[in-house]
Amino acid sequence: MAEPVNNDTAPGTAAPPAATPGPAAAPAKAQISPTPLPRKAKHDRPPEEDPGIWRMNRRNVLSVAGWLSFFGFILTSTIGALRFMFPRVLFEPPTKFKAGFPADFVVDEVSEKYKDEKRVWIVREKEGFYALISICTHLGCTPRWLGSDNKFKCPCHGSGFYKTGINFEGPAPRPLERAQITFSDDGQIEIDRSIKLIYEKGDWTKSGAFLPYQG
Amino acid sequence: MLEALKKTEVYKSIFRHSYQDTQRNRALQIVDNVFLHLHPVRVPRHATNIGYTWGMGGITFLLFIVLTITGIILMFYYRPTAQYAYEDMKYLMNDVPFGPLIRNMHRWGAHAMVLTVMLHMFRVFLTGSYKPPRQFNWVVGVLLLVLTLLLSFSGYLLPWDQLAIWAVTVGTNMARATPLLGHEGPFGPQLGMMPDNDVRFVLLGGTEVGPPTLLRFYVGHCIFLPIIAAIFMAVHFWRVRKDGGISGPETPTKN
Repeated sequence: MAEPVNNDTAPGTAAPPAATPGPAAAPAKAQISPTPLPRKAKHDRPPEEDPGIWRMNRRNVLSVAGWLSFFGFILTSTIGALRFMFPRVLFEPPTKFKAGFPADFVVDEVSEKYKDEKRVWIVREKEGFYALISICTHLGCTPRWLGSDNKFKCPCHGSGFYKTGINFEGPAPRPLERAQITFSDDGQIEIDRSIKLIYEKGDWTKSGAFLPYQG
Repeated sequence: MLEALKKTEVYKSIFRHSYQDTQRNRALQIVDNVFLHLHPVRVPRHATNIGYTWGMGGITFLLFIVLTITGIILMFYYRPTAQYAYEDMKYLMNDVPFGPLIRNMHRWGAHAMVLTVMLHMFRVFLTGSYKPPRQFNWVVGVLLLVLTLLLSFSGYLLPWDQLAIWAVTVGTNMARATPLLGHEGPFGPQLGMMPDNDVRFVLLGGTEVGPPTLLRFYVGHCIFLPIIAAIFMAVHFWRVRKDGGISGPETPTKN
């Protein structure tokens, strides 16, 4: 212990060490406590700029290596445990499905063929197709397609949507969402419900919101 | 005979001191008992005034113990898989001896615990017991409130009926909008969050509420959350002692 000793000497001794320059306060302090206090902390201040266990030298190298491997182990185990919570395989129904060939759909009609199973309408226009998700944007009921009125009508609270999916009556705050619609390799229409195209975000102009007719 | 027993080494090793009604012995009774050592040796007179504290913190702790015991008992019959969970709940409610009693204790105790936690918080607020030096314990208490709500929410899914599934569907849909970590939250999509890699996915173990969700909520409900809550409760009670004991009306003689 060759550190500079500050507090080892009791304050009661008449001559304080020269390390404490106190011109006015020092004599008064000495009079207030004439007897040395028994409980005086000795080394409660660490040496300045002491790297602690990270002090690298010959005697410490194994200690530092030990701590490094300890923290390395903790860190990699944490990363592993976090990754563990993200499974690679999901046992869920597929979000993509093939909806048949383009020629199966009649121009200007709304197909409710996949409404019960997949909750999707496929609308055929002269230029092509789009897929609307049959979930009311109000509270999530399933609207119905009323061909005679040329609109989607929600039975729960009366929200109405045009054939394009734009809301025009009732409490629904925004248009119906579209699902991504593409051609699969074998020429069938393929719909991916997990990719939603939202009107307010400008998604309906993107490819996948509308499928031009082919074949 | 009894005196002879009290002189044996076995007796003396278990009970360190006699049961004489002296100040010293009464203090030792508390200090030397692992179950009571969190309890203060001396109870101030005002602490027995139920009108001041309402005893809500203590009742909450009692309910936590009741819920732990009844929960462990329920684990003997409940299997956390989609195939069995609902049937086991029905079995508990209809055919297991005392099953309805245990499950209802667990269910109603859980509801009551949420209420008593809130009332406890309300009392602490009204009496100003969150003020220095008790600020940190208020923060610990808020964490315990969150843990209580999470325990309540995760337990809600376990009956695996329609109510449970849809309640948790709605509840976890909120996690979609988590900033940074949710795929519909602010800056979530920019950070590459998708339905199959965001924070909701971790909670559910999938992209929708399903069998993996039941298992995750079960483990969280029975192991993870109670342990975290117990640790914070220990800190909470310890800080009550360290911050000057149970709060009471301001008196000129104390402090």
